[in-house]
Amino acid sequence: MFRRLPEASGASVHLTVDGNPVLARAGDTVAAALLAAGIEHCRTTPVTGAPRAPYCLMGVCFDCLVVVDGQGNRQGCLVQVAEGMRVETQRGKREIGR
Amino acid sequence: MTAQFPTSDTVSYDTKSDTKARDLPKAVDLAVVGAGPAGLAAATLAASAGLSVLLLDENAGPGGQVYRAITTSPLGEGRVLGPDYWSGAALAREMLASGATYVPGATVWSLSRELELGVSVGGQAHLVQARRVILATGALERPMPIPGWTLPGVMTAGGAQTLLKSSGLVPEGRIVLAGCGPLLWLLAAQYLEAGVRLEAILDTTARENWRAALPEAFGFLTSPYFRKGLALLRKVRAAVRIISGVTTLAAEGDESVTAVRYATAGGESGRIELDTLLLHQGVVPNVNLANAAGIPLVWDAEQLCFRPDVDAAGTSPVAGLAVAGDGAGIGGALGAAERGRLAALAAIAALKPGAPVLAQRPQVEAALHKALRGRAFLDRLYRPADGFRRPAPDTIACRCEEVTARQVTETVALGCAGPNQLKSFLRTGMGPCQGRMCGLTISELMAEAQGVTPAEIGYYRLRAPVKPISVAELASLPKDESAMKSVERG
Ligand code: FES
Repeated sequence: MFRRLPEASGASVHLTVDGNPVLARAGDTVAAALLAAGIEHCRTTPVTGAPRAPYCLMGVCFDCLVVVDGQGNRQGCLVQVAEGMRVETQRGKREIGR
Repeated sequence: MTAQFPTSDTVSYDTKSDTKARDLPKAVDLAVVGAGPAGLAAATLAASAGLSVLLLDENAGPGGQVYRAITTSPLGEGRVLGPDYWSGAALAREMLASGATYVPGATVWSLSRELELGVSVGGQAHLVQARRVILATGALERPMPIPGWTLPGVMTAGGAQTLLKSSGLVPEGRIVLAGCGPLLWLLAAQYLEAGVRLEAILDTTARENWRAALPEAFGFLTSPYFRKGLALLRKVRAAVRIISGVTTLAAEGDESVTAVRYATAGGESGRIELDTLLLHQGVVPNVNLANAAGIPLVWDAEQLCFRPDVDAAGTSPVAGLAVAGDGAGIGGALGAAERGRLAALAAIAALKPGAPVLAQRPQVEAALHKALRGRAFLDRLYRPADGFRRPAPDTIACRCEEVTARQVTETVALGCAGPNQLKSFLRTGMGPCQGRMCGLTISELMAEAQGVTPAEIGYYRLRAPVKPISVAELASLPKDESAMKSVERG
């Protein structure tokens, strides 16, 4: 779980995660917003269904894969939050291109 | 995102509604991939010499990982991130004023030997022809495969630092840092400055590393990193419980991490309950695009990693293609900027011979020499121990396909010769990370099992697309022959 330092500035951005409202900050990536909201894991693996959470935050590990506005397999750590964005945690495999 | 930097207009999260992604130029003099210190310095210098420069970067703003969010950090120029971080602001400012075309949010998924780049921006694929290309793809954290490293709540120290820089986020609850290397101590110091309490630092630096590093100590004593490094270590040591000589680590937990177990060379062992475990054991070059573009990889026995086969100016065997910065071998942020400038000078010399800026070369070389002083000392001191590079049998080596070290060594026993053959047995390196999280581990495990060096075993052969690209994105490409060829190569 992560918390925001009191000195951190930034405008609020509203998203939903699995249908629940989540408050993020402008400049957050989706992965950062999930961690700040206390969402423990963002996907389960296709192989064993094990829970995973963002690991590298720099686009290399792909453990942050989520569904963004209906499109699966997006790297949450490379996608900036935007007002009204719909994020879903991802279970197992998603077809590439969805 | 602040208004003063022209970045937000080119960033789009929604690949469906944004079908009119910014038009990229179809042809440029120089394409630079990566907007960290090397890429920023290279693009700035080349643009100032009058070349048409396209700077492509995956992130939302310039800075790379070391100066991540340098134009947008919510922490302002406060004390938490420290002056070394804020020194990167000048590089970003100069690039934004240089006349280079800077495109953030751009993923380069292919680069042909003819220097045609496949780029994805806002969900649309583009092809760009360059006369010269500089890859400044930087470094990534060396994999640290310990039992339980895939559990939620376990993260890299670099990842946690990214959350601090770009979002002002710090972990809540009980935090333990484990591993070795300058970044681990820097993060600890930044957390202390931010008022974050640390339960412990489990230091995996082997005692014998000090002996190996000593002959290089003079270089380090005269390096720009020495004073700052020493002050930082003192500060952290005074405030945090340090457990040194750690030889084994295991993260425990079910749905997420709850504890770490450790043992030390001195025979001490223990278990610490925690909420967040941050791992780090140095950084290694991000080689995927360079190798896919045809640059062979060589094993660096000092830095224990593969790096693209380039000379000191970054020149590669592929005509017109250079690699600069940590992506060509780890040298640190200050050195990366100078290596970016050297590569830019080579591009300028080729395209604008006689340009006045070429006279700067001796100064750049001198600055590089100075910046690299002390590197050998750090390499030896923070050389990660064998047991943290080649995991125990039950530990996951490949996170994507959930393959253990035992599966790898058993497959070697069946006669599997190298990492590329291993792909067809175990799917290692074929998951979405394309070997970035397991490549070194797999090469080292296979080398040990066969009693040879990683140089003899080699690394995964990497191919385009180096990042997954969707069918819809490919479909948005123009359908001429070169476009089709570029995709088929993948
Ligand atoms: S957290 Fe590693 S790719 Fe996003």
